[in-house]
Amino acid sequence: METNPLSISFAGLTLANPTILASGILGYSAESLRRVAKGGAGAVVTKSIGVEPRVGYSNPTVVQSEAGLINAMGLPNPGIEVYAAEIKFSKTVLRVPVIVSVFGYSAEEYAAVAKRAVLAGADAVELNVSCPHVKQTGAEIGQNQKLLVEVVETVKAAISKPLIVKLSPNVADITVSAHAAVEAGADALTVANTLKAMAIDAETMMPILANVRGGLSGPAIKPVALRCVYDIHEAYEDVPIIGCGGVSDWRDAVEFMLAGASAVQVGTAVAVDVDVFGSINKGVETYLRKKQFGSVKDIVGLAHHK
Amino acid sequence: MSALHTTNNSIRTSQIVRIRTESPSVKTFILNDKLCAKAKPGQFLMLWIPGVDEIPLSVLDAGDNLVSVSVKAVGDATMHLHNLEAGATIGIRGPFGNSFTESRGKVLLVGGGTGTAPLLFLAKQLAAKTERISFVEGAKTKDELLYVKELKGVCSEKTLVTTTEDGTAGLQCMVTTPLAELLEKQKYDMIYACGPELMVKKIFQITEAHKQPLEASLERLMRCGIGLCGSCMIGKYRVCRDGPVFNSAQLREMQEELGISKLGFDGSRIPF
Repeated sequence: METNPLSISFAGLTLANPTILASGILGYSAESLRRVAKGGAGAVVTKSIGVEPRVGYSNPTVVQSEAGLINAMGLPNPGIEVYAAEIKFSKTVLRVPVIVSVFGYSAEEYAAVAKRAVLAGADAVELNVSCPHVKQTGAEIGQNQKLLVEVVETVKAAISKPLIVKLSPNVADITVSAHAAVEAGADALTVANTLKAMAIDAETMMPILANVRGGLSGPAIKPVALRCVYDIHEAYEDVPIIGCGGVSDWRDAVEFMLAGASAVQVGTAVAVDVDVFGSINKGVETYLRKKQFGSVKDIVGLAHHK
Repeated sequence: MSALHTTNNSIRTSQIVRIRTESPSVKTFILNDKLCAKAKPGQFLMLWIPGVDEIPLSVLDAGDNLVSVSVKAVGDATMHLHNLEAGATIGIRGPFGNSFTESRGKVLLVGGGTGTAPLLFLAKQLAAKTERISFVEGAKTKDELLYVKELKGVCSEKTLVTTTEDGTAGLQCMVTTPLAELLEKQKYDMIYACGPELMVKKIFQITEAHKQPLEASLERLMRCGIGLCGSCMIGKYRVCRDGPVFNSAQLREMQEELGISKLGFDGSRIPF
């Protein structure tokens, strides 16, 4: 029997391939998630969902810069009560795991949204403790070890599905956050979110983003995210990692896996092509064949040469 | 394609070259921008009013390093824009989205309000290539009928039909009334439409009933403009990236949402 060389399992999830849609990209509707799955994604992560609806920031919410994008959308989302229907519907039309991204302003809020998401059919929950541009949530929680532990522990106790924690790269030592999250019960880590950034227009002397500060994504942050993955895998070899940051092609994906990631998330590259997942998978498969590996699992962490 | 959508299309500032008043509520802004001067009919640009907002606007005309957009004063951002004068600094990125295909033979264009803008641009490009251009333009009232003089130049008086809701000019009806009559009499190689979504929906129903091909430009709440944020999705399509122009087959796929609901700023579905 021929096995699928791209298939992976981690944290209780099984994916037909290691490419995942990153949170915040498309993802309001089941239809948009289905489109991404058709493009070849092995799993999808939804927009970050909170207890209450949020309209997000005014435009400009995105600045296109030299090697990436700076965004400050402001976590727009319809709130979990409305979104639960979308999760439910997505489970009827999608054949890939649906991971619901969750944010809150307290451990209890995170847990309440996560619980409702799982009830609606979420295959896993990803905690957004790393959004760099909304106050009192996201990175403000992830960068505070005590709060991070409290949130992860509370959510872990509330749900029975796999719990993924998405870490912020905007810290002195990301292995400290990784350790705290795993000790508190995280089943896997997404490494990492965007780098805090801004853009100023010289002519008008104005910050461009309406929110002034945002998060940098795309090719510009790949080396940073790659180093974050490498750091964590070096310190905690057994923790499943989903690499995230500037993955645009198969070579990027392979590099993340060699650094220690079991899977990768793709976000900004979707602007170029929704079917980017399929082309990454094709390239990874060719690479495995060329290097004579039977499975994508076999290359995880190889750059460490242990 | 990739370069245009990300790295080589970052926001740049430019001075407003000229401003033209088209109607009591619509002004046209002529801007200096090399990239957007290459825009095709149907494409749009993102216009940044520093400190206020950034909004999508479809291109009215482009060429010779200049690009023009027509803006109706409807909200904060557009009111602000209307208060600017020539020489004021604004930001531009684009052009974004697809464009109308250039059909030959007999074509019919149907525009409502400022939705007429990209169709006038298209009509000018088609003028030399098609056998006959017919145009149906609708507005609420006479003063809001846009570009009538320019349209007479590209269509000829005979093939331009104007409608107003209050009967102050042209026929007193919606654009869909003359459209249905024209399709009854004649087969077109392509029908192009742009306007409010409920109008587009009716036009789509009429072209479907007559089995005639349609390309319609849609408008949705837009944020990133480059296909990432999902704010402008209709069905499986991103209006900013897969559109804004959709053909009959694509419109058929989005019937559950076309003219029924759209996404609001918080991503929830808002009924029309």
